[in-house]
Amino acid sequence: MEKLNGQVPGRRLKIAGFHLPDEVHQRLLEMGLTIGTECVVLRYAPMGDPMELKIRGYCLSLRRSEAEGVQVIPCE
Amino acid sequence: MTAPNTIARPERPQETRTITVAIAGNPNCGKSTLFNALTGLRQKIGNYPGVTVEKKVGRFRGSHGEPMDLLDLPGTYSLHTRSPDEAVTRDVLLGRRADTPRPDVILCVVDASNLERNLYLVAQLAELGLPMVVALNMVDLAERNGIVLQPDALAKGLGCPVVPCVASTRKGLVELRQAITRQVGGEAPNRTSFPGALETAAAQVAECLVAEEALNPRAAFAEALLLITNRRGSTDRKISPVLASRIESACTDLEKAGVDRVSAAVNARYDWVHALTSAASHSRATSSSTVSDRLDTWLTHRIWGWLFFIGVMTAMFFTIFRVAEIPMGWIESGQGTVAEWIESIVPEGDFRNLIIDGVLAGVGGVVIFLPQILILFFFIGLLEDTGYMARAAFIIDRLMNKVGLHGKSFVPMLSSFACAIPGIMATRTIENPKDRLVTILVAPLVSCSARLPVYSLMVAVLLPNTLNSWGKAGIMLCMYLFSLTAAFTMAWIFRRTLFKGERSLLLLEMPPYRLPSLRVTLHRMWERSGIFLRRAGTVILAISVIIWAMSTYPKPSDPDATPSQALAGSVAGKLGHLIEPAIAPLGYDWKIGIGIISSFAAREVFVGTMSVIYSIGNGEEDTAALRDAMRAETRKDGSPLFSPLVCVGLMVFYVLAMQCLSTLVVVRRETNSWKWPLFQLGYMSLLAWLGAFLVYQVGTLLGFS
Repeated sequence: MEKLNGQVPGRRLKIAGFHLPDEVHQRLLEMGLTIGTECVVLRYAPMGDPMELKIRGYCLSLRRSEAEGVQVIPCE
Repeated sequence: MTAPNTIARPERPQETRTITVAIAGNPNCGKSTLFNALTGLRQKIGNYPGVTVEKKVGRFRGSHGEPMDLLDLPGTYSLHTRSPDEAVTRDVLLGRRADTPRPDVILCVVDASNLERNLYLVAQLAELGLPMVVALNMVDLAERNGIVLQPDALAKGLGCPVVPCVASTRKGLVELRQAITRQVGGEAPNRTSFPGALETAAAQVAECLVAEEALNPRAAFAEALLLITNRRGSTDRKISPVLASRIESACTDLEKAGVDRVSAAVNARYDWVHALTSAASHSRATSSSTVSDRLDTWLTHRIWGWLFFIGVMTAMFFTIFRVAEIPMGWIESGQGTVAEWIESIVPEGDFRNLIIDGVLAGVGGVVIFLPQILILFFFIGLLEDTGYMARAAFIIDRLMNKVGLHGKSFVPMLSSFACAIPGIMATRTIENPKDRLVTILVAPLVSCSARLPVYSLMVAVLLPNTLNSWGKAGIMLCMYLFSLTAAFTMAWIFRRTLFKGERSLLLLEMPPYRLPSLRVTLHRMWERSGIFLRRAGTVILAISVIIWAMSTYPKPSDPDATPSQALAGSVAGKLGHLIEPAIAPLGYDWKIGIGIISSFAAREVFVGTMSVIYSIGNGEEDTAALRDAMRAETRKDGSPLFSPLVCVGLMVFYVLAMQCLSTLVVVRRETNSWKWPLFQLGYMSLLAWLGAFLVYQVGTLLGFS
């Protein structure tokens, strides 16, 4: 399984799991990152962190330290 | 599913009380615009008792002309709250707050162009069992993005009216009013059906809540669900031992059934929401990128993005710093005119001095902040309404995060170079209370414009040669860099001590770019200033009068005493003597002590006080005379008092010291307790003393003078 952190922009991904403290995990879930949801990395900030995702039709940015704990699988 | 939720309010009969409608929604969904469109100017802004959260209530009329109260709740993504603002939203909706009636109807505002994520909160609100109306806002934008909406399908799924509208152009407001009026006393909407084990567990806890607190069953279920799935430590409510054991056994049952408490409820809601969205909206397969996407490739570009960011921030800083000077000059000269007029009609004496030097100076000292506050909030309004604020935070977050600050701390820190007061007021844009508090704590270290007159005076004493402008500019620049270093270092230290273990989180929605509405921006700008004048202004005025009295009384017995002798004999003068032992290790005498004490009203007062002490007529016009008098001042052994070390030490002192009562008053107002302003006063005074001590003592040891 791959991590969300470091994924190249434009690749279609599916959320597969979390390795995060419960509170952070729940916040990410409530922002729509539930397991099985498709997302695409749009870009990284000019200094490489944070990163921006497109998920459930909107754009969300998060730090790479959190993205490190989100597991994804590429969509076929 | 129906619920008897409208019966359970026996304390107020239906006929006599005003209906309360609460307006709730995600941030960026156009909630405030809709609130303003519905209520016009009939709004009251207050505070929820005990917290710093603003309470906005407006009057509007139902479709039969009946008056209703519209309560603008703070925007939130979820009822699992993460800030005091969001907690207010949750508590009002659950009927937990004694100061606010539980609403009769919830008006949920959703952004039609971002339906799925917005509907998540709606799903949570539907669990509360209150009658609901959904305002499908910004349908114009959704249409432009190729989204075809079917409000009827959504209404059927949710079990409540869904009204398409565009708040900014007032489209759909009549229908919205009708729907709200019809929903008063109406039925509860449908809700998510959760996995069986979770339903059972929540029902068990709900049963206990109904028995203990007489909540209505549906509200009890929502409350129970929050209690079981809450992963944030504090539940913000009192829990009886019986309830606690119920919750515990419910959680054990869930564990046995293999249900994850963190995700089960969220997943079930999103499943329902996804089904609703699929039934109610279709994307007309326009995969071409939107205007927003294209703008973002430029505005967050690694070169153009930075250039634009620097450009915007420079423009904002320049306007606060330079353009605000013009109205500030008017205010000052207006104050002078009024003082002259008072002098012409009030006979000389203490009363006249009280009016001019106490009250008028105090009013002037409050109003003088207005231009900067107005300009800053105009810019912040523009940045937020256009959607650029999120991008600015996105670009700068890496840098700010290194010292434990947040991307959104940047604007408040930058504004603090002009004045810490608007800077601290601007921290309201930071959602996380810890991130916000760290920013507030270090913002007054950033060198504000009130320190400039002090630097100028000390630089003039240090380098009397007027031609040495490079040296002067160099010293000034050093002070600015030093202040920024101090602010960042302290932020870094606070993150690792006071707020240790608190994970700073950035989860930032990047809303699509929008054209700002001038009316909304001006409205907000005016609102902010009004709050500042009412809440901080009165205290600042009182303090100004107190400081005036301290430097006037007791009056010298000799009627021919010079102003400098009178000041030396006053309470302030005595305090200057009193603190002399504490400041002697910094190389200061009691005269500088008086200057430092009077600077607590405002830092620039130092210059005026020094002029009085050295009997230089009107200080600010005659810096050269004051400079020469200060250079001529000697210690008992004949060495100059204002040696280079004392001058540099004094500047370092002024960089670090919290010498601004107005800022302390605003911090109190923004943190809702005296704890933080007092802490700030303590740590900054200590820092200032240590800084000046090190400069003087180490400098002397190294053989400088």
